[in-house]
Amino acid sequence: MKTTPFLTLLAALLAVSNPLHAQDLGEPLGDGGVVEDISIAGEDQVSEEGGAEDDGPLRGTVTDESDWEDLGIAIPAFATDRDRPTPANADGTQALGQEIARVITANLRNNGLFKPTGPDSLPSPTFPQITAPAYSNWNGRGAEMLVHGYVRARGDDRLVVGCYLYDVALQDELIREGWVVRPADWRRAAHKCSDLIYARLTGEDPFFDSRIAYIAETGPKDNRVKRLAVMDSDGANHRFLTLGSATALTPRYSPDYSKILYLSYVDGNPRIYVYDIGSGQQTLVTENTSPTIAPRWSPDGQHILYSMAVAGNTDIYRVPVSGGRSTRLTDTPGIDIGGSYSPDGSRIVFESDRSGTQQCYVMDADGTNQRRITFFGGRCATPEWSPRGDQIAFTRIAGDFNVAVMTPSGSNLRVLTDGWQDEAPTWAPNGRIIQFFRTTRNAGRSSLWQVDLTGRNERRLPTPVDASDPAWGPIRP
Amino acid sequence: MTFSFLKSAPKAATIAVLTSAIALGACSKKAPEELPPPPVNTPAPTATPTPTAPTGPAVGTQGHFQNAVGRSSVIYFDTDRFNIDSSDAAALQAQAQYFARFPQLTFTIEGHADERGTREYNLALGERRANSAKNYLVSLGVAPERIRTVSFGKERPVALASNPGAWAQNRRAASIIVN
Repeated sequence: MKTTPFLTLLAALLAVSNPLHAQDLGEPLGDGGVVEDISIAGEDQVSEEGGAEDDGPLRGTVTDESDWEDLGIAIPAFATDRDRPTPANADGTQALGQEIARVITANLRNNGLFKPTGPDSLPSPTFPQITAPAYSNWNGRGAEMLVHGYVRARGDDRLVVGCYLYDVALQDELIREGWVVRPADWRRAAHKCSDLIYARLTGEDPFFDSRIAYIAETGPKDNRVKRLAVMDSDGANHRFLTLGSATALTPRYSPDYSKILYLSYVDGNPRIYVYDIGSGQQTLVTENTSPTIAPRWSPDGQHILYSMAVAGNTDIYRVPVSGGRSTRLTDTPGIDIGGSYSPDGSRIVFESDRSGTQQCYVMDADGTNQRRITFFGGRCATPEWSPRGDQIAFTRIAGDFNVAVMTPSGSNLRVLTDGWQDEAPTWAPNGRIIQFFRTTRNAGRSSLWQVDLTGRNERRLPTPVDASDPAWGPIRP
Repeated sequence: MTFSFLKSAPKAATIAVLTSAIALGACSKKAPEELPPPPVNTPAPTATPTPTAPTGPAVGTQGHFQNAVGRSSVIYFDTDRFNIDSSDAAALQAQAQYFARFPQLTFTIEGHADERGTREYNLALGERRANSAKNYLVSLGVAPERIRTVSFGKERPVALASNPGAWAQNRRAASIIVN
């Protein structure tokens, strides 16, 4: 009994001296697993292996202006060779096959392109049928496309997931791929399969197997608790990375997902930190007493842009990710802030009020050739260059705040949303969908939304609590 | 007595709210430098009572500062602006006189913006506003080493509605006694 107070005291001392806790950091996420490609068997694998079946997109390129098509896709449960226990699902690999098909169905439904039907209203194919579909069962279900797949627990506990796309009318396999994943990464196999289907049917680049960093918000409007959080592109695998004792803002995933740049008030001042996802440790982006805000990565992950206020005047700086000397890129008396690289890294679009109001400017990556690109009458804020390079998304301020896109020269401006305050667009890895956050008037509640480039397919992303400042990472390796 | 209390009407009524918001500010939660100083560091309150608050809060507290300068502990800005107008100047003169009388005090100027701006721009705008106030106080003779600045952008509003009146109260630079 005597030791109890001592142990309590010791525990308290340990808690106080824990450096991660002192930095408002939670448990580290750890390094992610690797998804390994594996060759899988097809319907007539001998004759078709290496054949010219995958000869490009089936339905042509979807352009910005064209509406998506309603293509019926049946996605029954993935089969398993033998129902075995797996850490991925308490009910075994057969139940897991059902879950995988549900994830794919939700992915394809939520983006306004397809009309998917999921496993809960479809018969389940047998394991042999995965490579030899019973087409007669699928005719007349309104499905032009059929997704089949299997999940198999390997001896080393890893899962093999196969994914097949069939054209029901042609009775032909369009594409197939397989992956080996840790049980904890089973959703990634479902996302890889979704990406395979999406890319094959649209001709666009994939985007489902990606993650989102954002700020989770709770508490009253005048004292919001703001925590750094991450999740998969569909909202699953949600994790808080900071504890909430210090305000966290504006995260950005590094291109290789190993780090997150974000702003924290942990020392009482707004400063940019480089958070290492594997170790859960963080360092200041630059050793300087001035506040640093608006962090951004270069496309190759080798440089960081940050904005620093010196005696009240904010300019944009670049620093190597390995540390070293910062280079100042802007030097006007106005607020120069943010910055988003073109995908080739040669140019930067940024925000400046040197003209009297917030407007968007483009400069070369070394800071030369700065020129204004927006003249539409309102204000231009938070510009983000599309991963495809052909568009710049930004917050258009003209009365209300909306998400809009334009070309890198500032032409062809199109407004995509109509909320009261829609702010801070971030691009899907394939440059086809934009995420942003929406704040409600008076209550100040915030939530994440996404919209496609037509502006017609808008939806809210479910998050455990209120959410803002989304930052969409690239496709995972 | 020599203090100037002139201030325009719409800026009234924010002080009480502001004070409690500061006391509850999430970021100040664990920061030891924001705790009141040990009594040994301050002159005995009874020995040097201030004319405006003979039995009120001690020197070195926000309460003492606000008793002395009234509404002048906060200045307000127009949308997207950071210039010091005539009412701001009067308020900062009142602050400067207070800080001249208590040269041992250091303080923080918090710069804030209303919600009708993008987050990062508002952080930069808050920096500008805090530095405008600081520069003006320095021009009135307050030593720059005594003044820390910090921007909260739109993260810490004091008026919670979404209308022009609330936004006007949130576009502000607030002086907060450190010790």
